[in-house]
Amino acid sequence: MILVWLILIPFVGGLLCWQADQWGDRAPRWIALATMLFVLIISLVLWVTGDFALPGEVTRHWLLEWRTSWIPRFGIEIHLAMDGLSLILVALTGFLGALAVLCSWHEIDHRVGFFHLNLLFILGGVVGVFLALDLFLFFLFWEMMLVPMYFLIALWGHSGSAGQTRIRAATRFFIYTQASGLLMLVAILSLVFVHYSNTGELSFSYDTLLDTDVPEALAPWLMLGFFVAFAVKLPVVPFHGWLPDAHAQAPTAGSVDLAGILLKTAAYGILRFALPLFPEESQAFAPVAMTLGLVGIIYGAVLACGQQDIKRLIAYTSISHMGFVLIALYSGSELAIQGAIILMVAHAFSSAGLFILSGQLYERIHTRDMRIMGGLWGRIPVLPGFTLCFVAASLGMPATANFVGEFMVLFGTFPNAPVVVVIASVGLVLAAIYSLLLMQRVHYGPEYRQGALRGPDAREYGMMLVLLVLTVMVGLYPQPILDITAPIAGPAAELFQQAGAELASRAGEVN
Amino acid sequence: MMAMAVTLSFLLPLAGTLILAFSGGRLGALASSVVGVGSVGLAALATAWAMMAHSGGSEGITLWTWIAVGDFQPTIGLAVDGLALVMMSVITGVGFLIHLFAAWYMTGEEGITRFYAWMNLFVFSMMLLVLGDNLLLLFLGWEGVGLCSYGLIGYYYQGSANGWAAFKAFVVTRIGDVFLALGLFLIFMELGTLDIQQLLALAPQQWQEGSTTANLAALLVLGGALGKSAQVPLHTWLPDAMAGPTPVSALIHAATMVTAGVYLIARLNGLFLLAPDVLLLVGVIGAVSLLLAAFAALAQTDIKRVLAYSTMSQIGYMFVALGVGAFDAAIFHLVTHAFFKALLFLSAGAVIISCHHEQDMRRLGGLWRKLPVAYGGFLVGGAALVALPLVSAGFFSKDEILWQAMAADQTGLLIVGLLGAVLTGIYTVRLILGTFHGEPGHGEPGSDHARHPEPGTNPLTHHLPLIVLAALSTFIGAWLYPGLGGLFPDAPGEAAETGHTLLQVLAMGAAIAGLLLAAWLYLWRRDWLAKKAGEGIGARLWTLWHHAWGFDALFDRVLVLPWQWVVKVLRVDLVNLVMNLPALLARALNAGLVKSQNGRVRSYALVMVLGATIILLALAVLPGGLA
Repeated sequence: MILVWLILIPFVGGLLCWQADQWGDRAPRWIALATMLFVLIISLVLWVTGDFALPGEVTRHWLLEWRTSWIPRFGIEIHLAMDGLSLILVALTGFLGALAVLCSWHEIDHRVGFFHLNLLFILGGVVGVFLALDLFLFFLFWEMMLVPMYFLIALWGHSGSAGQTRIRAATRFFIYTQASGLLMLVAILSLVFVHYSNTGELSFSYDTLLDTDVPEALAPWLMLGFFVAFAVKLPVVPFHGWLPDAHAQAPTAGSVDLAGILLKTAAYGILRFALPLFPEESQAFAPVAMTLGLVGIIYGAVLACGQQDIKRLIAYTSISHMGFVLIALYSGSELAIQGAIILMVAHAFSSAGLFILSGQLYERIHTRDMRIMGGLWGRIPVLPGFTLCFVAASLGMPATANFVGEFMVLFGTFPNAPVVVVIASVGLVLAAIYSLLLMQRVHYGPEYRQGALRGPDAREYGMMLVLLVLTVMVGLYPQPILDITAPIAGPAAELFQQAGAELASRAGEVN
Repeated sequence: MMAMAVTLSFLLPLAGTLILAFSGGRLGALASSVVGVGSVGLAALATAWAMMAHSGGSEGITLWTWIAVGDFQPTIGLAVDGLALVMMSVITGVGFLIHLFAAWYMTGEEGITRFYAWMNLFVFSMMLLVLGDNLLLLFLGWEGVGLCSYGLIGYYYQGSANGWAAFKAFVVTRIGDVFLALGLFLIFMELGTLDIQQLLALAPQQWQEGSTTANLAALLVLGGALGKSAQVPLHTWLPDAMAGPTPVSALIHAATMVTAGVYLIARLNGLFLLAPDVLLLVGVIGAVSLLLAAFAALAQTDIKRVLAYSTMSQIGYMFVALGVGAFDAAIFHLVTHAFFKALLFLSAGAVIISCHHEQDMRRLGGLWRKLPVAYGGFLVGGAALVALPLVSAGFFSKDEILWQAMAADQTGLLIVGLLGAVLTGIYTVRLILGTFHGEPGHGEPGSDHARHPEPGTNPLTHHLPLIVLAALSTFIGAWLYPGLGGLFPDAPGEAAETGHTLLQVLAMGAAIAGLLLAAWLYLWRRDWLAKKAGEGIGARLWTLWHHAWGFDALFDRVLVLPWQWVVKVLRVDLVNLVMNLPALLARALNAGLVKSQNGRVRSYALVMVLGATIILLALAVLPGGLA
């Protein structure tokens, strides 16, 4: 039942915020903050009290499970379950949700209640995605994240350069995600009907569909249906067109959520659905996926170097970082998959930090254009130091979580695909280039304008400090996360290797 | 006891960093200096304590397991042996003197807190680098050192050039770091461990001498060493790194960070012995760097750039020693070099501050009477740099390197080493004469600041570090070196004894020949030299050496410009433009169809008739139509 509450709390909180608008601007903010902290605390309690021992028996072992019938006629259930992976991601959602509320404390000044309704509805949808096991329910939450995000960008966003309006950015985000979501829906329905024709039973249940025997001609297409939906969200080049606009034009809270959590739903989807449902097809598809990952790493980094808008720069770096995650997911190595999970958490911290910092910068100098920044190190206390810390995290400095994630990915992938790792390592140099370019353009050099600007207040300082401490803590002792995700990463890698062996033996028969 | 001392020795500088970083500007300049200098001073004491408590052999201290997934179990663990202790003493000892001098050098600068926070963090990273018992922890220190050097080179943030110099240093060394990282991946895949002791034990069992894997692993590690130690071709960042305050140059770009590559290769000596070809390559790269840098140092006018190139040249000597398998000689020279190069840089710093940031030799001169302490520092440090026989520390370590090269039958490396010694003599004399002798400006209108320098007077923060380092740069420094023979495999010179005397005579001859040649050139043939350097082939050589053989221009053309071109072309996101085609198509169709809805009955009727005709025609023409 606690799983239901985890999803319901943000939705209820959102409605409350909406109504609390009439008591002034402060009420919705506090309610939203309390709501997200509540989600965070529940997940932390579950983390501390949960038993994450490796499942001894063959059947899948969930930490918590809740199911009830919903539309029995079509075999649709409300089936929620939580394991280590979803727990971490839900906790991350609660944490970044609270940060998103905090960082828009002064930024959002109109329709405050409705803003927080949308923000909390997104987060509720995300929690749903991380918990839903019924494929129909999963798709429902997947689409549910979309609409409030659209409003967030369209109503409270910034207008970008070169005639890019926030409406256009929002529309583009919506169309990309919606179109790819439809492909996933088709794939889900086909899978269900294949299962129906095999067994005569209609079911959207994850456990049931896991063992479905899909005809060999059809299976790659269904796998692709899932993959494309996740690839758009991750994003994988060439499906990344929505991301820079959406990130750059969204309000800070939107960017934090987009980069911090929404991108992770895609990686989660691949790990939870695309790989286990179609292990052999995924194994066959791995070289393509890894190549796409490499393209993302290099292409995202090159584009990041050419940006003038600070938020667009950070947005493109997300593409580069998610390339590492994609490579790891298709590497079939436990070490790499664990690394991908760490990297997801690390990227959530570091990109949230950078987006919040650029939001704070915007509140002071009212621009995101790096051509008219420069020399800010002398004008603002403290913030440049924090920027350097998060920039260092973003370029994978050891002792930050990003380093642990990236290097676990590379160590894990190297035995299976050394060439991929060699090319991906070029991304480490490019990461240094774009990260330090940001520092150079914003904080070094002569001052573009004169005059001291105010330093961070307690709220701003606190957010940065918490993010930084977490980044370093995970960077020096990632074991708490690794321990609870081991039961997911191990079997996923094993499944992948079995599929590989099976493919190989089948190829042997043909020959 | 031992564990306590070692832990303190690296945690104290970290504590200093944290105190300074989170003071939020509440600490004044004095308090910041006290914290910054004090933490490293205490770390030096802790290191001395650790040395006394050390009972020989290697002691391990595992703090916790960093990451544990399957076989991948790197720890936060320290290994203390003779090599680590020698490195720790250099880092904290020389580091402390440099920190102390910086308190004088940085007086009146803004951002003292930031300066000391970075300097302390640097000492911490460097300590982890030499203490880490596994390659991943070593890599943490390795990268940390790079980050600190970024922060300190770009310390004067107002000048964009300083920022770009910091940028260049980080990116160029990062290229080397990626090679090292790939080496780590390979070593872990092949040997299943990153623990240094274990991998050195496993490698000879698993790998044949000279096998491809061993060669590749050694080559990748060498790539990392080249970046940090500023050897050809990853050396271009070092001269630019002089943009930072001079104590930074002393600490990072002379005494410690650039020696990290030497330490790494010495530490992984077993790995390199399995790859004799790569080991020889180490020596060859060292020899090439040694010569290129020595020539470049001849044609610099900035006193710090002369010292920067001399650093690169001296590290070339260390690489030569590594290349012939004389690891002990390399570390010996690393230690003496740390003493005399720190001395030279701090003396240069004394000159620079006294002359209000004037550091161009052409505008300086005649300072020897007015700045006696700095002059003394330059004389003693310069003597060690040119390896003045018997009295200087540099003589003993450089002689050892040349002797090992000779004993290993590497005549080529030996000749380069001797030639380098002659060149070292020439550029050192030129540096000292240009800065301290003659008239300010040497006949040209020189700097007013050089006419009226303000000598440093503080006995604690100005005189003491210089005097202690000067003492260490003499034969005393060479005596203090404990020798690490037992840690390393036997050097080639252990077996052979014949010829050592001959070589010493040769080495002395080379050093003295360089000095005499320089004295003759710069004292008696000054005008002739100036004329030769100003025209024809002399001028061309001057330009070539002044720009250090044009590596920067080459890399600009081959790497930087194409990269910038790619970035510029892709700024509009070409892939995204392709993905926009469906949207454009939809819009074009929309525009076309909108036009057809013009509301005129005439055109609707026309289109209708046209359509009907086409259908009828189609039916008539198609086979079996109208039937």
